[in-house]
Amino acid sequence: MKLHSNVPEGPLAEKWTEYKSKMNLVAPNNKRRISVIVVGTGLAGASAASTLAELGYNVKCYTFHDSPRRAHSIAAQGGINAAKNYQNDGDSVYRLFYDTIKGGDYRSREANVHRLAEVSTDIIDQCVAQGVPFAREYGGLLANRSFGGVQVSRTFYARGQTGQQLLIGAYQALERQISLGKVEMYNRHEMLDLVLVDGKARGIITRNLINGEIERHSAHCVVLATGGYGNVFYLSTNAMGSNVTAAWKAVKKGALMANPCFTQIHPTCIPVSGNYQSKLTLMSESLRNDGRVWVPKKLEDVKAIREGKKTGNDIPEVDRDYYLERRYPAFGNLVPRDVASRAAKTACDEGYGVNKTGLAVYLDFSSAIIRYGKTEAHSLGLHNPSEAKIKELGTKVVEAKYGNLFEMYEKITGENPYKLPMKIYPAVHYTMGGVWVDYNLQTNVPGLFSLGESNFSDHGANRLGASALMQGLADGYFVIPYTIGQFLSGEIRNDVPSTDLPAFAEAEKNVRDRINKFLSMKGGQSVESFHRRLGKIMWEYCGMSRNAEGLKKGRQMIRELRDEFYRDVFVPGTNEEYNPELEKANRVADFLELGEVMILDALDREESCGGHFREEYQTEEGEALRRDDVFTYVAAWEWDDEEPKVHKEELVYENVELKTRSYK
Amino acid sequence: MKLKLKIWKQKNQTAEGKFHDYNVEADEHMSFLEMLDVLNEGLLENQQEPVAFDHDCREGICGTCSLVINGRPHGPMQGTTACQLHMRHFKDGDTITIEPWRANAFPIVKDLVTDRSAFDRIIQSGGFVSVNTGQAMDGNAIPIEKDVAGEAFEAATCIGCGACVAACPNGSAMLFTSAKINHLDLLPQGKVESSKRVVKMVEKMDEEGFGNCSNVGACHVECPKEIKLENIARMNRKYFAAKLSAK
Amino acid sequence: MKWLTSLLTSSIGRKLIMALTGLFLCSFLVIHLIGNLQLLVDDGGVAFNDYAYFMTHFLPIKIVSYGLYAGIILHSIMGIALWLQNRKKKGVGYKGGKAQGSWASKNMGLLGTLILAFIFIHMGDFWFKMKFTDTLKMVSSEALGHDVKDLYKRVSIAFENPLIVIAYVIGQLVLAFHLWHGFASGFVTLGINNKKYTPIIETIGRVFAIVVPVGFVIIPILHYLGISF
Repeated sequence: MKLHSNVPEGPLAEKWTEYKSKMNLVAPNNKRRISVIVVGTGLAGASAASTLAELGYNVKCYTFHDSPRRAHSIAAQGGINAAKNYQNDGDSVYRLFYDTIKGGDYRSREANVHRLAEVSTDIIDQCVAQGVPFAREYGGLLANRSFGGVQVSRTFYARGQTGQQLLIGAYQALERQISLGKVEMYNRHEMLDLVLVDGKARGIITRNLINGEIERHSAHCVVLATGGYGNVFYLSTNAMGSNVTAAWKAVKKGALMANPCFTQIHPTCIPVSGNYQSKLTLMSESLRNDGRVWVPKKLEDVKAIREGKKTGNDIPEVDRDYYLERRYPAFGNLVPRDVASRAAKTACDEGYGVNKTGLAVYLDFSSAIIRYGKTEAHSLGLHNPSEAKIKELGTKVVEAKYGNLFEMYEKITGENPYKLPMKIYPAVHYTMGGVWVDYNLQTNVPGLFSLGESNFSDHGANRLGASALMQGLADGYFVIPYTIGQFLSGEIRNDVPSTDLPAFAEAEKNVRDRINKFLSMKGGQSVESFHRRLGKIMWEYCGMSRNAEGLKKGRQMIRELRDEFYRDVFVPGTNEEYNPELEKANRVADFLELGEVMILDALDREESCGGHFREEYQTEEGEALRRDDVFTYVAAWEWDDEEPKVHKEELVYENVELKTRSYK
Repeated sequence: MKLKLKIWKQKNQTAEGKFHDYNVEADEHMSFLEMLDVLNEGLLENQQEPVAFDHDCREGICGTCSLVINGRPHGPMQGTTACQLHMRHFKDGDTITIEPWRANAFPIVKDLVTDRSAFDRIIQSGGFVSVNTGQAMDGNAIPIEKDVAGEAFEAATCIGCGACVAACPNGSAMLFTSAKINHLDLLPQGKVESSKRVVKMVEKMDEEGFGNCSNVGACHVECPKEIKLENIARMNRKYFAAKLSAK
Repeated sequence: MKWLTSLLTSSIGRKLIMALTGLFLCSFLVIHLIGNLQLLVDDGGVAFNDYAYFMTHFLPIKIVSYGLYAGIILHSIMGIALWLQNRKKKGVGYKGGKAQGSWASKNMGLLGTLILAFIFIHMGDFWFKMKFTDTLKMVSSEALGHDVKDLYKRVSIAFENPLIVIAYVIGQLVLAFHLWHGFASGFVTLGINNKKYTPIIETIGRVFAIVVPVGFVIIPILHYLGISF
């Protein structure tokens, strides 16, 4: 299969503008006759559904949550990037484009990323107009802060709750369209299959999660905005409900899964504390501005800490290894996420982990507290302040900057991070991979689109902080409303297909069969226990660092686990009721297939880039070794029960020069 | 730690419900929801039906979790959702009563899961700024006083969990509704539709079957985001102004 | 006029009626207390009886008093209606523990009903007897130049009965709780609530809730004990 990216001709900076002014349109009278299905109500889904409805399309929107506002975009903390250059610090569309390409380790599509940078400025305007309460300066204008991997201040934020505020903005726009009758909203409905009619995506099968009704829904096209698949690792910063099912059903119907092995492991999360752990909590990247990462130099100190005989505070300065500052003097504690995560893993693998499980490093604010305390004392005109006074003043400054995060840390761990250094460890956070889409965000299945984290398009092999929110809203507000017309302009003569067509009946039957299979199995193990085992395999063999041998072993283990799942899973109750175990079974079954494709992709990509680190491909200093001559492509996987197949889209770099990232 | 749980079980909206007793062995580092996970895992091992409860992000921001723990929405800790409540705040041998949100406007779906779609409908009645995508002017075109933006933000931190309604002896949704009204009304972008919004949202709130506010203040005490009671007074003021103005 | 009916029948409108009538009744309590304090004057009831005559015969006061009756009736009916409706809207209560908020704020319906009962007894004993029966003796009033009903005597007889004194103490205790929540709550309903004013209003409310009932209750107690000034 040849993959056409459909990137328009012309100079990079003019492609989108040119394309927009020449693309096919759907006239208002025809828009009223056309219906669109949008699955998912996060930033991408809610913004797409509301904007398409504003344009006049009839939108049907679905979420498995009880309300569109619960989508996991809500949990994003740090901020959203935009090339506004309000700070007058040299930012530009090109610089945002370049930073994103470089941050993604040169594995994303130039034209898509440039368009993302272009529309980033419109997003901020739109959100402000909707009433998103961004942080402001005393002069009443918008405030910015910096994020990792860049040299300008372009991140807009609303304290530590930027995702929440942006999602509520999009949610309100969506609710407005619902009130106007332009969006039909289906809460607590989970998409369980995609329906193709004559090769085009024309509908979906859903299960009403309250009463188990299996429903058929048809439209002129289907838009998936269903988020990432990080929960394949069981433990991640994703919400408990985040899943791959909708996207995976599309893959089973012929869509391709692109770069599935590109997973972002976030370096600063609260470590696992026990086997019962259900999820991991992120501590914002902004903490690395002031926190210093370290482990003890001596193994006997590590032992004493693990036994509870010592705390981090008891280790003298000379016996601490500030390994990021040692290994990457230029960027220090602010190296990009992939680099910081791997360094933490290395320290723990060597036996320096500082909690009972051996999987934690310190993130220490004591020097920041002293530093801020001294400055504060100085500005208050205190000469020779006592150490206690300095600490008191410094603590106040740190509290003002990171108070809510410190509070959250204390709630979860029961330890006071102002007094004891925080313990952190990397955790799965975001998936750069996703459904393959072209420049129009259309998959290789005509009429099937994919937006936001569910597609693969903009972040390459590693995503920069504050860029996920940007992409979700760019896709939903400013890209799909245009590009969807390219497809729909050819559909104006077609009516919404009848749900009585054989394709719908067949899809519905498949869904029912699978549900019945789960319910009738009456095995001996819970869905959760399978999910946990899958997560362990994925983390062990396809986690922060990978090698061919482990990946092969992992693949075998997943296949065995999948067989066992279909033999021995226990799902209680019936279909005709609210049945969370049945929902989970449907989702875990899909993770069990996706996991295999991720491993295959990791095995196939014999290089290290971004979040994908193959142990066989590293420099002498243990840094990632990219192989641009062979692997400058997108690996798009076609599912097959026996042997999934890879299709390649060559990545052409006409505007940036491929370089090795260095943070030393 | 060994705990006794008294949990409300109810098959569906119309079925009769009652308390069931369970025993569970928990660890003090677990979150409250992880303790319920352990309970459910044990039930499933014995091929019994697990307890249904709503949850998702487990980091206190999505607003999905909704448990009344010993009579208190989200449990005993101030400014904390049930998912962020940890078992170290309980003692070995404790008996914990867990009930669903109680209010007629939030019918029970199953066990501890309730239907809070009334909140969505309140938002639909006017909880937005009527601006289409692409119509916006530059984000910095209207300066907004830092403190005012901060106040709007504080009202906007509401996670729509419904603890205010659950806490209110009257089942009133005034704190939720007023937080949204004030978030938008405080900002120049939202002010344009202010009068219409407050009238419509209050009408909708009444229509959805929420109770009447009597200024008990339990909503504010139990709110995991500590939304201020002042929001209610401000909404009242806006409502009277809208109703009594000549427009 | 639809705007007015929709305002007054909305949940906030009904709160408004409760707040306005409640605060109006608070103002009456102050007037009533000032008048009653004359019972403590050691003049055999002359000042009090003149005051009682004035209050029942001066036209503007009479008009206000009808407003007062209307206020009591409206506040009671609306209060009871809200109380019943809210119980219904809450549905099932919790078994695991009590709701947050002061005891008074959660029991305004009960407190209000008790106060209403107290008002009936109180008015039946004095106001009704004075206005609609001839059971009160006439005494001459020097100041007015004609005879007036000796309400003072009626009060004295009543407050010699310890059971009635106890009933008044309880009645005022109930009133104190009702005011403890009601006074400040009325202002919140009117939309007066912010960082600057609320603490002041709350303090005034608490002081009011203590001073007024105490002022009322010392009258029967001192009477019973035979103390006057």
